[in-house]
Amino acid sequence: MSTTSRLPWINESSSLMTKYNFMRRINWGRFSVVGVPMLWLGIFFFVPFLVVFKISLAETAIAVPPYTSLFEMDWEEAYINIKLNLGNYLYLFEDAFYLDAYLSSIKIAAVSTFFTLLVAFPIAYMIARADGPKRGLLLALVILPFWTSFLLRVYAWMGFLKKNGIVNEFLLSMGIIDQPLTLLQTDFAVYIGIVYTYLPFMVLPLYSALEKLDMTLLEAAEDLGCRPFQSFFLITLPLAIPGVVAGCLLVFIPAVGEFVIPALLGGSDTLMIGRVLWDEFFLNRDWPMASAVAIVMLVVLVLPIMLIRNGQGKEEAI
Amino acid sequence: MTSSQPINLQQAASADTAKVPSWKQNSDEPFLRIENITKKFGEFTAVDNISLDIYKNELFCLLGGSGSGKSTLLRMLAGFEAPTSGRILIDGIDMAGIQPWKRPVNMMFQSYALFPHLSVADNVAFGLKREGVGRSETKQRVEKMLDMVQLGHLGKRKPHQLSGGQRQRVALARALIKRPKLLLLDEPLGALDKKLREETQFELINIQEELGVTFVVVTHDQEEAMTLSTRIGVMNHGVIVQTDEPHDVYEYPNSRFVAEFIGSVNLFEGEVIEDEPDTVRIKSEEAGATLYINHGISCAPNQIVHVALRPEKIKISHEKPEQDENCIHGVIEEIAYMGSLSVFKVRLASGKEVRVTQPNFNRHMGERFTWDDKVFLSWDVDSSVVLTS
Repeated sequence: MSTTSRLPWINESSSLMTKYNFMRRINWGRFSVVGVPMLWLGIFFFVPFLVVFKISLAETAIAVPPYTSLFEMDWEEAYINIKLNLGNYLYLFEDAFYLDAYLSSIKIAAVSTFFTLLVAFPIAYMIARADGPKRGLLLALVILPFWTSFLLRVYAWMGFLKKNGIVNEFLLSMGIIDQPLTLLQTDFAVYIGIVYTYLPFMVLPLYSALEKLDMTLLEAAEDLGCRPFQSFFLITLPLAIPGVVAGCLLVFIPAVGEFVIPALLGGSDTLMIGRVLWDEFFLNRDWPMASAVAIVMLVVLVLPIMLIRNGQGKEEAI
Repeated sequence: MTSSQPINLQQAASADTAKVPSWKQNSDEPFLRIENITKKFGEFTAVDNISLDIYKNELFCLLGGSGSGKSTLLRMLAGFEAPTSGRILIDGIDMAGIQPWKRPVNMMFQSYALFPHLSVADNVAFGLKREGVGRSETKQRVEKMLDMVQLGHLGKRKPHQLSGGQRQRVALARALIKRPKLLLLDEPLGALDKKLREETQFELINIQEELGVTFVVVTHDQEEAMTLSTRIGVMNHGVIVQTDEPHDVYEYPNSRFVAEFIGSVNLFEGEVIEDEPDTVRIKSEEAGATLYINHGISCAPNQIVHVALRPEKIKISHEKPEQDENCIHGVIEEIAYMGSLSVFKVRLASGKEVRVTQPNFNRHMGERFTWDDKVFLSWDVDSSVVLTS
């Protein structure tokens, strides 16, 4: 607009526009809001991550801390010697033990995530359909287990599942079995522990997705010829997908690296990467190897998740 | 608020094929028969012993305020609610125990209830796919239906990418694609702005005539009901108070509720002092005069009744008109100029306020009226209606 308008409010608004653009360029309020969590993540996640990454490129040494330094500096000769040891990573791929541990972890996490989803969906559905005060109570019940220690609850499962535990006693007294079953120290016990522990993380995102579901959509589906079970698969489930994805990620990611549950409930043959990490770190005192295990685990987990996220973003943009 | 009587599009549209409508011939079988339907939610009676016959190709409006039971009645027709007692027959078949997905009925929801994860075309195709209609036929029928509602180019969009008017059309197309015998519409134009609403009214009627589907519309908007419908059922507290053609509901309301609910009306309370076959005289303190009506009523002598008079039936003048009967006077208290017409509020000696509307025939408003003018109000003997309830 090069000509000055006779209408004063047009000039007024254009000057307002420039002001607005100027404000947008340096948005301090926005910067500070985003900046604080970014700073937090930087200090407490990214820097430690770099430290771990650095250690993974070192070698073990009988020293405190028990690894070699990457940098050797000699001022007299005036050189800096950077020594990167890729041996830990190579060894991870050479020794089938580590690959097995990763695959086994992913398998156990995936199976548990699937069963958590199966258990959580009806719970979340029921809560989302419940009316006002009842809904609050049910939600509180889902969160209630967090009020007691996680360790205590896992120990309680040991009490349930051991040879002379409650489950076996009950089945024996009912005459369903003659011999106590070996439940504890099996993969089965690990599945139960993970499903039990992570259930709220699945229920809550599912609930929030299902709660938003408009009931008239289901009526519309029925009106157009859907039986209730069809409308569940055609309407309810597709619309709950964001909740399903969020819940599965929230369960799967920590389950892959889970240490306490397999250590307490799993058997000696339950191979999980969390345990390998622990052993490398505390039994072998091989910090560089443990760090390499941790870094690879992160890459294995982060890459597929980023791909999923990316795919979701694209779908929303269409 | 409008005090102008809306034109009836149904009558305008079918004026050339003037014939006696089905609901006036006793011989025709009703297409939808509602027999003594009652619906209770706990102690609350939402629908109270309603009986109603609706004929083929009708566009029947259930008109009522919120909580009048109109939506509950519609939901019972769709099968989402089961009646506590009574029967619903569609095309002679008892609907008791027939689930929503098996009824020859489709519904257009007030919120449209479009499936947000499906494209427009998939939304429309939804009903056909459930029926097991073949892929190519589905595609063809969806295209035809979308063309009919003028959305042929938007089939690939998702509902959230459409405007309100476009969503309304998708909802209509989705409800019509299965060629239902009966289409139920819950406040079909409620979410549209005034301009779009007027255009869509015409389209709805055209579509209804083209497809020959029987429509049952629920609305709280009297103007919508007047313009759309062949007949209106006015509902209040779970009961249908009056069932008539729009013209009759407006001109001959059978109760104070109907008179006041549809359009605006002046009500004068009075006592019947003479009741003969062709004339009634009612002495009204409120009007400060004796009112004459040229049709008889059957009531007890000296009964207290109400005389209903539409604002546009009243003539307003400075000079005393020649007629003696039905002439009262008062002072102009308020004037509202509304373009096509002017609204006057005239205070009578009794303190009663009378609403008068006058069309603005010419630009200079003819005889000018202003605040505090003393004016005479008069009307013809056949302009008012006596209401006994």
